[in-house]
Amino acid sequence: MRIKKAFQEEARRRLIPFITAGDPDFETTLELVGLLDEERVTAIELGVPYSDPLADGPVIQAASARALEQGMNLPRVLELAEAARNRGVTTPLVLFSYYNPILRYGSEVLMTRAAQVGIDGMIIPDLPWEEGRELSRQAAEQRVDLIPLVAPTSRERIQRIVSDAKGFVYCVSSLGTTGVRSDFDQKVDAFLDTVREASPVPIAVGFGISRRKHVDRFLEHADAAVVGSALIRMAEQRKDALTDADRREDALEEIRQFVRELADERSVSVYRT
Amino acid sequence: MSQTRAELNKGFFGEFGGSFVPPELQEVLQKLDEAFQRYKDDPDFNQELDQVLKEYVGRPSPLYFAERLSRELGGARIYLKREDLNHTGAHKINNAVGQALLAKRIGATRVIAETGAGQHGVATATACAMLGLDCIIYMGERDTQRQSLNVFRMQLLGAKVVPVTRGTRTLKDAVDVALEDLVENVDNTFYLLGSAVGPHPFPSMVRHFQSIIGREAREQILEQEGRLPDLITACVGGGSNAIGLFAPFVEDRDVQIVGAEPGGRSMNPGDHAASIAGGTPGVIHGFRCHMLQDEQGEIQPSHSIAAGLDYPGVGPEHSHLKTSGRADYVPVSDEEALEAFGRLSRTEGIIPALESAHAVAYAIRTAPQMNPDQILIVNLSGRGDKDVQQVFEMKSE
Repeated sequence: MRIKKAFQEEARRRLIPFITAGDPDFETTLELVGLLDEERVTAIELGVPYSDPLADGPVIQAASARALEQGMNLPRVLELAEAARNRGVTTPLVLFSYYNPILRYGSEVLMTRAAQVGIDGMIIPDLPWEEGRELSRQAAEQRVDLIPLVAPTSRERIQRIVSDAKGFVYCVSSLGTTGVRSDFDQKVDAFLDTVREASPVPIAVGFGISRRKHVDRFLEHADAAVVGSALIRMAEQRKDALTDADRREDALEEIRQFVRELADERSVSVYRT
Repeated sequence: MSQTRAELNKGFFGEFGGSFVPPELQEVLQKLDEAFQRYKDDPDFNQELDQVLKEYVGRPSPLYFAERLSRELGGARIYLKREDLNHTGAHKINNAVGQALLAKRIGATRVIAETGAGQHGVATATACAMLGLDCIIYMGERDTQRQSLNVFRMQLLGAKVVPVTRGTRTLKDAVDVALEDLVENVDNTFYLLGSAVGPHPFPSMVRHFQSIIGREAREQILEQEGRLPDLITACVGGGSNAIGLFAPFVEDRDVQIVGAEPGGRSMNPGDHAASIAGGTPGVIHGFRCHMLQDEQGEIQPSHSIAAGLDYPGVGPEHSHLKTSGRADYVPVSDEEALEAFGRLSRTEGIIPALESAHAVAYAIRTAPQMNPDQILIVNLSGRGDKDVQQVFEMKSE
């Protein structure tokens, strides 16, 4: 329910930041979640680090590797979410995890636990919609939204995939895996419009958004913009400062400014059913 | 809804296989599957493939009765399926020419592939040279340094070798970059995968092109012995040579099937690459199979004396053959493989690849427990020239 409400609230940035949990460490991730919550983003994607991330570009892969070195894993990410809720974070939290760690944890147990710690949605990039029916049912029982991913090339399947979508639909904006790109495919607009028309829930667009002009451009065709690599790179460049008690505040402040530059808190493009 | 599930079911072997990839890649693989389905039974395509296999690869490969080895062991009659006598010295070429011909049929002008130690890269570069296709091989930078001679060999064959500098700079990263290339250049590019692994349709496609091994062996043993073998064995890393031998025998219920897995230094985590004997089911590299993973589902490091078997997953059809009880998978240690490497060289004048030596080792272990009128076929998947340096260095230490 938090996701649905967030898309309808007026004073929110139409941003969905993606951060890799545990990069550079548990505490810093918690700080970043707090900061994004204060900045009233629409939702926060918490990436579960994985050693074989098929859908990610080099920046997020490297962040995953750093987080794994810190001992971060799915159970720890759930603890992190719980800690964030205990600190008063109210922004929707969406878990982004590859399928194998979920299989290993047990999907039914995971959904129960996820709901307990305050996870609102889940994105599993390598789980095809056709294979995810059972998992989607388990998620729904716990009121966790299994967020579907759609790509411009999957035109025939768009209708099918989004028809019973919950939470929001995650649209992949450009061919290739995540990363900062300098230009975007015009065909993407038509794709987004198709999805938006077919979808009963808001749509978010991701993969490659790093600047204000990208955000502005996409918010004409989508309800929120996912920002991943660009934010992770910001944090990576400030790694030493972020893990140093004396310098942490300044580094966080720079990241805050970046988030503010990307999108205003505004009432335009609010999703209405 | 059930219909869509059925669409994907064609990529499943029991509960294994499938296609667990992000949506963009799914579309690309769908197109590849359509092309494969269109041509795999096309008479014109198969005529061209048969001709290449005969005149270029040098098929059929002999089924050789290893008389001295059999006598020394005092048990079953051991036959060797001589894939080591193929052009380029291993079974890899069967699949490389098959897929490269398919690439050409569907109008691709660029063939890309990943390679670890370099064997698959060389086979791909060879097939592309013969067919006049542009060939780009992605190889982890660290691997290009370790295998500089194979890099040169691929370049000699006209391929462009791209060192991958991201991540661990090894095979895993080369696969990532190759997949990105495929998604971006799908209009003119074909991704030639080397083993019976990966998302659908790769395991089915590789099995299709490697099954020539088992079809020939079956025909040859009927001709030479007048009956089917009692046991067939092959080494299993990803498992392409093994599925090639096994598939045509699966319906022959009296033929026992055993895969020799890389048992490494020990069966402790990190010491071996025996995914079935020492792993658990999971999803790796876009498909479901037995894999080496820790409690959190992270892929564990693997080890084998044979680079070509050093893989933390296994072809999904092998997982299915194991689970359904049709085949067994048995670990063979580095040491046993090394012994078999020497023994086959001495007794038969055949230096096997260290990979194939695992299957030979299993035969050496098992033949003495069988009767002299029983027949055992070993897939000798590759020749060992490439390993002589490594073994020399190990012996000198």
